[in-house]
Amino acid sequence: MSQYSVELRDVVKFHGATAAVNHVSLQIHKGEFFSVLGPSGSGKTTTLRLLAGFEQPDQGDILIEGRSMRSVPPNYRPVNLVFQHFALFPHLTVFQNIAFGLEMKRVSGPEVARRVQDALGMVKLTGKERRLPAQLSGGEQQRVALARALVNHPTVLLLDEPLGALDQALRQDMQVELKAIQERVGITFVYVTHDQDEALTMSDRLAVMDHGRVLQVGTPQEIYEAPATAFVANFIGVSNCVSGRITAINGTRCAVIVPDLPEAPVLQARRPASAHEGRTVTLSLRPERLHLSRESGAGGFDNCVPARVEKVIYAGNETQYHLNLSDRVRWMTRVPNTGIDQKPLAAGEAVIIRWNADEGVVLTE
Amino acid sequence: MNAPTSPPPSLESIEQARLGSGLTAPALVWLTLFFLLPLALVLLISFASRGTYGGVEWTFGLGNYLRLFDPLYGQVFLRSLLLAGLTTGLCLVLGFPMAYFIARAPAKWQGIWLLLVMIPFWTNFLVRTYAWMFILRTEGLLNAGLLWLGLIDQPLEILYTDTAVLIGLVYSYLPFMVFPLYAAIERLDRSLVEAAWDLYASGWAVLRRVVWPLTKPGVIAGCILVFIPSVGAFITPDLLGGARSMMVGNLIQHEYLVARDWPFGSAVAFVLMGVVMLGVMAYFRVERADGR
Repeated sequence: MSQYSVELRDVVKFHGATAAVNHVSLQIHKGEFFSVLGPSGSGKTTTLRLLAGFEQPDQGDILIEGRSMRSVPPNYRPVNLVFQHFALFPHLTVFQNIAFGLEMKRVSGPEVARRVQDALGMVKLTGKERRLPAQLSGGEQQRVALARALVNHPTVLLLDEPLGALDQALRQDMQVELKAIQERVGITFVYVTHDQDEALTMSDRLAVMDHGRVLQVGTPQEIYEAPATAFVANFIGVSNCVSGRITAINGTRCAVIVPDLPEAPVLQARRPASAHEGRTVTLSLRPERLHLSRESGAGGFDNCVPARVEKVIYAGNETQYHLNLSDRVRWMTRVPNTGIDQKPLAAGEAVIIRWNADEGVVLTE
Repeated sequence: MNAPTSPPPSLESIEQARLGSGLTAPALVWLTLFFLLPLALVLLISFASRGTYGGVEWTFGLGNYLRLFDPLYGQVFLRSLLLAGLTTGLCLVLGFPMAYFIARAPAKWQGIWLLLVMIPFWTNFLVRTYAWMFILRTEGLLNAGLLWLGLIDQPLEILYTDTAVLIGLVYSYLPFMVFPLYAAIERLDRSLVEAAWDLYASGWAVLRRVVWPLTKPGVIAGCILVFIPSVGAFITPDLLGGARSMMVGNLIQHEYLVARDWPFGSAVAFVLMGVVMLGVMAYFRVERADGR
């Protein structure tokens, strides 16, 4: 037995002349909730279809439980897919939809009935087995689609943006529920989405894809805290970026000179994996890690730069400040509205932005 | 005492009803003039009797219908139904893969394939049937080809048999099967096929459990569109079938044009219409019982 539930080895898939999936290698552990996150056209859906077997890789290999899936058609793979628009059979009842896979596997009648009931219970649809899909709400259809896949006890469950068709409130409920179900059944989930919130809140680990390539693989925290590229930094959450040059390296930190800011300050930041003096880099900062002050000076922080408030957006739980640092650099910060000790800043005010060296991520690409 | 009454119809609903009847008027006039009136005329004639010199004598009776109990005519009806049934079945077997192939082809190819299915219609039907005579006759293209390939030693006698009629009918009405099937298959969500495949269904099971039930309306439409014209066909059996394989269409044509017995021809036409209508209705009833 392999240590991995799913393994992609240097997989390439062409759609016409473009590589939809471009030398992708991934290792997904047993029982892991693994997300593939990327914008449309990033190759995430193609990756999922390669796993399901609807498409065959042009190069490389896919292993499930250590077994090569080369030339294994979908109906012989130990995986099931939850489709983006559910793809429930409209002429079959909820029960018949869920029982479909078991019947194809020639599971005996009483066993089918028992397992369908179990699956219905798990997705909280007991009592609706005689309905047709058209008689169900979007959320209920989603649950049927999930039950139809899980009832087969697949080794890996593939999910193609399964919450994409639901409204916001329902989505958040389903996120929690989906994660709970995954933990209960212990099946490996491979979850494709373009929604960074979904990927961050549900995944054990995730891969960020763009233009057919995997840019970074890691836990949600690793990806958010230490994005590997500017694309990742901006796709996962918001980042304030500015380009500079490394002037000194010292232990776990480095100094970056930023010519685009007034008086070209030298800022302290985390040392990147591949750093040498003189290298051109991008400094990336999360909005919520910046502190604003009316007083001058660093005030105990490692870095400080002056700015002017350009716009103030009150968003209920937080206030967003759009800041003008120079003609070419505009940043954004968020200040949570805690209700204590807050004198809101107004547009046009001069402020000092302060932050610690560890908040500054240096991107070398 | 106040009896419960339904509220009087509102002005609006009266207005709407008036507008509705106004809008359906052209269709009603059209149907009456070109459908009901001629049909009523044929029905009337079917109860009349033949004049000595081929005219219609307005003495009414059931004689024409009683004549149809002659087993000779029964045979003609049976052969027609059988040939039309076989034609429908063959068109379905040939047309389904064709329609599936076209519906699943890349969009730019679909138009070209559909055009190719349609192109024969641009040539006169009679001419095309004559072309089949050239292909099927003893010294025809088919026999020449088969002989050349060494598949047969003796030319096959196909022309002027029921086989030739069947070939001609399938050829003529195949497009009527392909188009509704194409429409039905094209509408079928491809992800449903993938879902079935993902749920361990083999190719055959996908067809039987998903594609077939979801394209059945197209299948029914295609079958009706093929069956009805083939059961009443007369050019194809006339040219390809020769004297022995008479179909109802030939009988009606013969009674009207050769025997000049309009009343009997009308009776045959009406019985044919009745048989087809009953068949279609029975089919739908069975379907509905099946569906629930």
